[in-house]
Amino acid sequence: MTGYIIRRVIQAIIVTLIVSIITFLLLHLVPGGEVRAILGIKASPEQIRVYSKEWGFDQPLYVQYGKWLWQLLHGNFGFDIKYNAPVSTLMITALPRTLVLAIIGTGVGLLIGVPLGIFQAVRRYSVVDHVVTGIGFVGYGSPTFFIGLMLIQWFAIDLHIFPAEAPQATSLGGILSDPIALVLPVATYAFVAFALWSRFMRSSVLDNIVQDYVRTARAKGASETRVLWGHIFRNSLITIVTLLGLQLPVVLAGSLFIEYVFNYPGMGLLFYNAALNTDIQLLLAITVLSTVLTIVGNLLADIGYAMLDPRVRYS
Amino acid sequence: MGMGAPHPETTVDPLGAGLLVTEETGVAPAGTGPAAKPRSMFRRGWEVFAENKLALVGLGFVIFIFLFSFVGPLIYKTQQTLVTLNDAYCAPNAHHLLGCDQLGYDIIGRLMVGGQNSLTVGLAAAFVACLFGSIYGAVSGFAGGIVDTLLMRLVDAMLSIPFIFVLIILAVLVHPSRLTMIGFIAIIYWPGPARLVRGETLSLRTREYVAAVKVAGGSSRRAVLRHVMPNAIGTIIVQATFAVADSILILASLGFIGFGIQEPQTDWGAMLSNGLNYLPLGYWWMIYPAGLMIIATVVAVNFVGDALRDAFETRLQRR
Repeated sequence: MTGYIIRRVIQAIIVTLIVSIITFLLLHLVPGGEVRAILGIKASPEQIRVYSKEWGFDQPLYVQYGKWLWQLLHGNFGFDIKYNAPVSTLMITALPRTLVLAIIGTGVGLLIGVPLGIFQAVRRYSVVDHVVTGIGFVGYGSPTFFIGLMLIQWFAIDLHIFPAEAPQATSLGGILSDPIALVLPVATYAFVAFALWSRFMRSSVLDNIVQDYVRTARAKGASETRVLWGHIFRNSLITIVTLLGLQLPVVLAGSLFIEYVFNYPGMGLLFYNAALNTDIQLLLAITVLSTVLTIVGNLLADIGYAMLDPRVRYS
Repeated sequence: MGMGAPHPETTVDPLGAGLLVTEETGVAPAGTGPAAKPRSMFRRGWEVFAENKLALVGLGFVIFIFLFSFVGPLIYKTQQTLVTLNDAYCAPNAHHLLGCDQLGYDIIGRLMVGGQNSLTVGLAAAFVACLFGSIYGAVSGFAGGIVDTLLMRLVDAMLSIPFIFVLIILAVLVHPSRLTMIGFIAIIYWPGPARLVRGETLSLRTREYVAAVKVAGGSSRRAVLRHVMPNAIGTIIVQATFAVADSILILASLGFIGFGIQEPQTDWGAMLSNGLNYLPLGYWWMIYPAGLMIIATVVAVNFVGDALRDAFETRLQRR
């Protein structure tokens, strides 16, 4: 088990390095180069030359990458010229906001989706099963932003029940103390998550229901409740844990659109604005940070998987 | 990962799930059924597919959207290049059945233009991504060892980056057009099919008939292209169908935040983004039609994908 974790951690580090190289190279393909993105299109060649020399942009890319990586390992994401603030400060304020919303939204989605999925599997081809499947199809056929737009149209503009904007408070406490404003963004998250997880859970339970151990449990006289919750449910969760890790990039992508629609100043909105400004330092930092988050999430899911399922002990 | 659960009456033998296509077409003794012809897997797949009502509805709708987008403009002629400010914001009326946007473009005509872009990009991106991903995955799985490890680390890396970030960076770097959109989406989408096909290849490469290619002196290239790939084709086709739906969604998402296909061209996502500005004014015709087009098309394609998966899976179990 320890060996497995060590190997997975090393793999994760390699993958992170590859990602940082890809992103770094990609962003240095910016037309005219990073310096022109900073100084603007009217900068003279002389200005560009002086600035490049002063800040090391005239060095070969691998030197620049090495320096950037070295700083990164010291927790220094660079300095953002457009915001006149260190990149890390910008991210430290934005990241918790994104995480709060994503965690609450996904949590609500799971709380609704998982039980529904189990119910669907147990009562397969019932009316409820068909209805939930139908809603689910619409759920993952709809772009996240469209769901957000519809919720704003109905509940904010037409009915005036909830505000159209997510909480604008800067502190986490401030955000959480404004639950009314959180309702619509959380509902958007939850709808997408529910569609996904009810479907995953349904098929996971259906996969398990036909297994031999279920028949064995029944044969030994276990009650239906015990068979369902003690055997099928626990085994189905294994799949869900892995998928939860794999869904992280999707969640982060979804949060960009939800933050955009509800004007919620998290990482997604920060990234969007950075893209509009060709703010390379910030684009690079957010991409790498969210990738690291994803990789750590996957790693935890894999380790959780190995711990939950004694059959999975990769040698 | 049997997401499309087989029909109860076809779940005869759980072990049968492991059976693969060629084992039955290639090894089955002659005369076991009416379908002894080598290419019959598609025909039998179609039979299962056709039993699925939702899939037929989905397929019908996809065909309808195609006709609507590409043939529609010949019948329902609208002005889509010049601005007609007199008609700006007009509500649905006799001349403009679904009204106009802020520049006086007819919404139905706009949906057709957007549909052409959404469908073209969706299909082309899915095709490129699945073709490249499949070859990549098959090569990686077949090669094994250090080559496999290296190739798959790149796939891992690609799958770990939240895709929307890469897409936006690409859109910042290169002016987004229909062609570049196809490229962008293919670039972020291929690792999924690659990983899937690699998994398939890993199980296929140990089969006797693949080993037989080597024994008979065939090259690895031949083994991959002529034996492994055709047997993974079911998986690839199903994956490609979902890829079309995903690509349409991704294009719409990019269009929505303004990094998609640029004016005067449009796509359904860009139309929605445009309508967003007029949300408080109640111009519903600038929002609902485009949104419903996206959802209906994606749902329809997903229906087809689900049925295809059932067709390729249950067919194996039934016979």
